[in-house]
Amino acid sequence: MLRRYFPAISASARREERIFYLFILPWLIGLVVFNAGPVLGMLGLSFTDWRISLDNLQFIGLDNYAKLVDDPIFWVSVGNTLYIVVGRVVFGTAFALFLAILLNQKVPGIPFFRAVYYLPTVTAGVAVALVWIWIFNPRLGILNYSLKQIGITGPPWIYSSTWVKPSLILMSLFQVGPNMIILLAGLQGVPKELYESAEIDGAGNWAKFRNVTLPMLSPVLFFVIIISVVSSFQNFTEIRVMTEGGPGESSNVLIWYLWENAFIFLQLGVAAAVAWIMFVILMALTGLQFRLGRRWVFYEA
Amino acid sequence: MKKAPLAKRKKGEAWRKTIKGRRAIAILITFALLIPIGIIFVMPFIVMVSTALKPLNQVFAFPPRLIPETPQWQNFPDGWYGYGYVDFTTCTWNSLKITVNNIIGNLVSCTLAAYAFARLKARGKNLLFAIVLATMLLPNEALVVPQYVLFNRFGWLDTHLPLMVPPWFGWPFFIFLLRQFFMTIPEELIDAAKIDGAGHARILLQIFVPLSKPALATLAIFAFIGNWNSFFGPLLYLRSPDVQTLPVCLVQYQGAYGNTDWHLMMAVATIAVIPVLLIFIFGQRYFVEGIATSGVKG
Repeated sequence: MLRRYFPAISASARREERIFYLFILPWLIGLVVFNAGPVLGMLGLSFTDWRISLDNLQFIGLDNYAKLVDDPIFWVSVGNTLYIVVGRVVFGTAFALFLAILLNQKVPGIPFFRAVYYLPTVTAGVAVALVWIWIFNPRLGILNYSLKQIGITGPPWIYSSTWVKPSLILMSLFQVGPNMIILLAGLQGVPKELYESAEIDGAGNWAKFRNVTLPMLSPVLFFVIIISVVSSFQNFTEIRVMTEGGPGESSNVLIWYLWENAFIFLQLGVAAAVAWIMFVILMALTGLQFRLGRRWVFYEA
Repeated sequence: MKKAPLAKRKKGEAWRKTIKGRRAIAILITFALLIPIGIIFVMPFIVMVSTALKPLNQVFAFPPRLIPETPQWQNFPDGWYGYGYVDFTTCTWNSLKITVNNIIGNLVSCTLAAYAFARLKARGKNLLFAIVLATMLLPNEALVVPQYVLFNRFGWLDTHLPLMVPPWFGWPFFIFLLRQFFMTIPEELIDAAKIDGAGHARILLQIFVPLSKPALATLAIFAFIGNWNSFFGPLLYLRSPDVQTLPVCLVQYQGAYGNTDWHLMMAVATIAVIPVLLIFIFGQRYFVEGIATSGVKG
């Protein structure tokens, strides 16, 4: 292993190597101090009874993990996370693809619409989450008012344990900007000749989409799905501002469960165990992206 | 005699079947989808601004009006200065300071690392670059507990340091993006500079940086938006009122008044969103190219 990465080299090459390591030094230090170190520390701490102080820590083995397995709320939050991840990935990817196809049409004004569709993504944050509370207001919000105009009585959205998760998924559809742009670039990368030869074979629009667009787009689609899954774990802002995990535990997702345990219940050992589980899931997803999307991730255009 | 009705019919029923006709119908359908979706996408902003301009008694009026009868511009200063302990001026100043520092830190550290990964040969480089790629997708939220402990040890809690120091140590996504850009700069330029006796620091500063202005602008915009909207870190590390950032201030505002003063809250929210909006409008082109690169050309 070492010889593979460190074969013997000449003096000038050694000089270049020194400059290389000098230039990446900040990143390397950051990697060790802010990432690798904490990850290992987190693994260690997840085996202790850590509450507030780091002094007098007792090694308690897998007790924190056992506590998690026994905690019904942990499983509720796992279920909620899965619900939201699946919803966001399925609807978010389909919607982003739909928008990308729409923006790939040759009509005037596309850059304008592209900007408008992207806008909610850049403004995602506390300010807009506050607006959404108002939009979701069952009695006075614009959403239920609009539904009423077409004869539908709207649900209570974030104020109901049945509807809170669909509400969060609906809201996330406004933030498909990056996925839309990535898919749009993917669509524009499909060689025109493929469509032309499909047309000669008499393929209609659906057949062209099914047999040319989708297969050619599959690596990009795969990448989009992976980043959607990863970003679905990061919905802390909405949860904190809009629902605080409620009503009841119905929007308690892993990141909220972690936050509550760490900084409200001060069960830091338990929180470290949750964080470690999340870290493993996210790294596994990245690994999957590497293995299945390798050819395309590494390929330099 | 016979030609006239034929031409007429072509204009009527059969027109739809001509290439021109089909094209026109396709354009119509596209716009019939593009425009309503666009309206839905800007709706949250319209709601925000219209609520910000209403007097309180109209906020809860039913049916809701999108355009207020008389715009209440006074809501903006009232919201901004209205409440004693949520000091928006300080929060905005803090947000600005952290954001600018983080943009500069990210640009410097990522430019150096990206140049090394794109242009320098070294043993171990592939392995290290694989680590860049592996950590690219990792959200900070997964590391927050141990980082909190670390910064506590450093005595950095309730200061801006946990937010302002790490950006000087690179950001995998930006390193990756810049490296992709640096790879496209022609080798001949570097060779010519080397013949002139330029070292790597000079090549980077005098050739790569000027040629990479669009890429650097992209990163600056990403960093601006990410840091300006950042909520998790500030909420976690900051306690005292005088160190808070804008998003945290907004949440305190929400908590303090039980969601009753919606018109003032929306006024402050509107102000908070404006910088991001401006940056996005002016930097839109860079933004779109940067994202496309991350996903496809990678």
